[in-house]
Amino acid sequence: MKVSIEVNGRPVTEEVPDRTLLVHFLRDTAGLTATNIGCDTTSCGACTVLLDGESVKSCTVLAAQADGHEVTTVEGLTAADGALHPVQRAFREQHGLQCGFCTPGMIMASVSLLADNPKPTRDEVRAGLEGNLCRCTGYHNIVSAVIDASGQEVDR
Amino acid sequence: MSIVGTRVVRQEDRNLITAGGTYVDDLRAEALSGAAHAVFVRSPIAHARIGGIDVSEAKAAPGVLGVFTAADLGLDPHPAGPVKEPWLADEVVRYVGEPVALVLTEERYQLADAAELVDVDYEPLDAVAGIGAALDGETLLYPETGSNIVQVNGMAEFDDAIFEDCEVVVTQTIANQRVAPAPLEVRGASLAWGEDGRLTAWLSTQNAQIARSQLAGSLGVGEESVRVIAPDVGGGFGAKIGADPEATVLGWAAKQLGRPVRWVESRSENLTSMTHGRAQLNTVTIGGKRDGTVLAYRLDVVQDAGAYPRTLFLPTLTELMAVGVYRFPQVQTRSRAVVTNTTPIAAYRGAGRPEATAAVERAMDLFAAELGLDPADVRRANFIRPEEFPYRTPTGAFYDTGEYAAALDKVLETAGYAELRAEQRRRREAGDPVELGLGIAAYVEITGGDGGGESGRVDIHPDGSVVAWTGSSPHGQGLGTSLAMLLADRLGVPLEKITVRHGDTDEVPKAIGTFGSRSLQLGGSAIRQAADEVIAQARDLAANLLEAAPEDLELDVERGVWQVRGAPSSTVLSWAQVAETASDGKLTADVWFGDGQPTFPFGAHLAVVEVDTETGKVQLRRIVAVDDAGPIVNPLTFRGQRHGGLGQGAAQALMEVVTYDDDGNPTTASLADYSFITAVELPDFELVDMATPTDRNLLGVKGIGEAATIGSTPAVHNAVVDALSTRGVKHLDMPTTPIRVWAALSEGNVQ
Repeated sequence: MKVSIEVNGRPVTEEVPDRTLLVHFLRDTAGLTATNIGCDTTSCGACTVLLDGESVKSCTVLAAQADGHEVTTVEGLTAADGALHPVQRAFREQHGLQCGFCTPGMIMASVSLLADNPKPTRDEVRAGLEGNLCRCTGYHNIVSAVIDASGQEVDR
Repeated sequence: MSIVGTRVVRQEDRNLITAGGTYVDDLRAEALSGAAHAVFVRSPIAHARIGGIDVSEAKAAPGVLGVFTAADLGLDPHPAGPVKEPWLADEVVRYVGEPVALVLTEERYQLADAAELVDVDYEPLDAVAGIGAALDGETLLYPETGSNIVQVNGMAEFDDAIFEDCEVVVTQTIANQRVAPAPLEVRGASLAWGEDGRLTAWLSTQNAQIARSQLAGSLGVGEESVRVIAPDVGGGFGAKIGADPEATVLGWAAKQLGRPVRWVESRSENLTSMTHGRAQLNTVTIGGKRDGTVLAYRLDVVQDAGAYPRTLFLPTLTELMAVGVYRFPQVQTRSRAVVTNTTPIAAYRGAGRPEATAAVERAMDLFAAELGLDPADVRRANFIRPEEFPYRTPTGAFYDTGEYAAALDKVLETAGYAELRAEQRRRREAGDPVELGLGIAAYVEITGGDGGGESGRVDIHPDGSVVAWTGSSPHGQGLGTSLAMLLADRLGVPLEKITVRHGDTDEVPKAIGTFGSRSLQLGGSAIRQAADEVIAQARDLAANLLEAAPEDLELDVERGVWQVRGAPSSTVLSWAQVAETASDGKLTADVWFGDGQPTFPFGAHLAVVEVDTETGKVQLRRIVAVDDAGPIVNPLTFRGQRHGGLGQGAAQALMEVVTYDDDGNPTTASLADYSFITAVELPDFELVDMATPTDRNLLGVKGIGEAATIGSTPAVHNAVVDALSTRGVKHLDMPTTPIRVWAALSEGNVQ
């Protein structure tokens, strides 16, 4: 079927098999490979993107379901002049990433979390990111990054 | 001021946070255009004879380019291990997940449809689902060998005489359960044969050069005919060392089809087909005096090697590190490795040392509990003392430096140990159903223990830029930034002018790569050595230009210029000016740091848990940790490595386990079933710094990649047992899940 999605402000229209997952549409059709696939059970969150501003796991959304909607991936967060989004900046500043594979999904989930809760506590960040797995960081610096991005002081 | 030792955000990050890096499945290289997609058909049965394989329907499915089985492959057997692992199963399958056939299609989505049509006739055999069944020996994986035991090391028979003088002897069998490394990026490979007859293989690997040698050997071509590139790699944790067998089959298939091939496994496939870690059953016996002095220790290791032992160093390394941080007068060890109808076992963060540490740290707690002494006091009474270094252990390890008591004291003081014990008593007196548990682990581990060295090359160009190539293969550790910092410090060149490259065998032909926490101490020392050689070259060139004697010149690292010593107002030369006069257009040094001896990082952890005795739920409240790996290059990434280690180590103690049923069917074969630890189960980490240098490399550093994993598992485990200690529980095996805790409490209450 023909699917048209506005990805990071750019319309992408393509004839794709009905069963095409949104994550494959983003990676293979739109050519945006930052969004990763880490599992096949909607458990890891590596594929998290924003669909009309709400975070979704793009491995569990059909491209067809996103037809006519807007999707934002981590590539869409950086400003045209290269300036980092506050969450991107904070992940770097707080060493909230190591291998980087969970990072695009983790950043998008964090953007969504902060939209819902602009000044979260560390425990609220942990609860909010429960659906996003990271194997490298032990989560400590991811939590710090979200606190930093929210404008609160990182005290540990 | 030197940049070394200061907090520097990583050079690696910008690309990762804006473009998501380039992992193997992200590659859109021209050489891969038109690549066939690949999937392995894997055994759904743990042990079976293959009656026949019918691929006719699969071959006729839409988009299918090829379906291959063992009968098609003309490859020599897999060289590793005491038994020959077939590239694709031929007569017998020996674990769920074993590759049986390879299917290649035009489009990714055609793979699953075609793979389903491969018809394999399995004739089930009895399965050996674990260590117990393997030792029973009723069913053999390899009947021709007469036993499931594939390696024996250490004492053939134990001699009980070592415990004769002991006033107290405690023995306990402790399962160090099988866990999944589960890097967030699963395994993947893209391979293309060029018109020149060379294979280029992009692999998600920790060791491009080892992978190149393996692929060349297995495909029967010269090493010069294989180029391996490790692109961004999404975590490895020891499970991506070198090339897995799948890469060889894919390389063969790419040649057969005459087109590139790309493969990425699914997570569910990963959880049965990527090697697992740990999987030991250890029996400890510890004896000593009532004052807490240990007189004798015995460790008996049984290693589950899985169906095809790809490496057997784990149990013997566990023996080597058996005594941990203690001066035990009498020690006995032995190990046996057995084959089972399960996924092969290989390295996982710590690889042999966590198992040794878990055994001895549980033993110390069991001994202390038997004596009614505080576990901290019993440890202090038995530590190897600072003045005893270098210290050769009874098992043959040669420790460099250590301050074991100081590490423990710092941790306990930071944590407020006495107050925590008081709180524990208070809760008990009040009959609080939520118990507080305190767990101590003191540990020492071995890094760079493989006996090899590492390569390093540094070029300085006439534009003043510095390019370094390391044989190490960082995949998240931030080593690139650390090496750039070492160069900036040594050469006086700003970080922005330094580029660190790695992971391409055409650029770095000779290297070992990253595992065993070896990279900074070996790869870093190599870069340091190369920098010093470049400095020596530059000194001669600069002397010529300034018409001075080389020994009168100095490199001012604050300004990054060469000048005549004691004449600061005289002419100075920049690196660019010196490089311009180099004979081949740049200053260059290519070295092998070869005398890298192992180093022995150490530390102490205290874990604080709450255990709800009514539900069995364990909540980890605090971990306070000293992880001493010598001088720190970048505190930011140093702490990051510790965080990750703490998380993974705690995960094993709390919740992670790979399980099989009695027929060898995996019951944790997806991320919906495997209890991968999340942010919710972990606390903020409390890190305490200590830095005791080693004299065994140029930088004085030890490895930090695995250390915190090693300490945290027994700390958390001991904390859970401690919480239950007044309720009749002396031991329970990991993971300390609610059901296990609840069962232990039920048994304890009956006793």
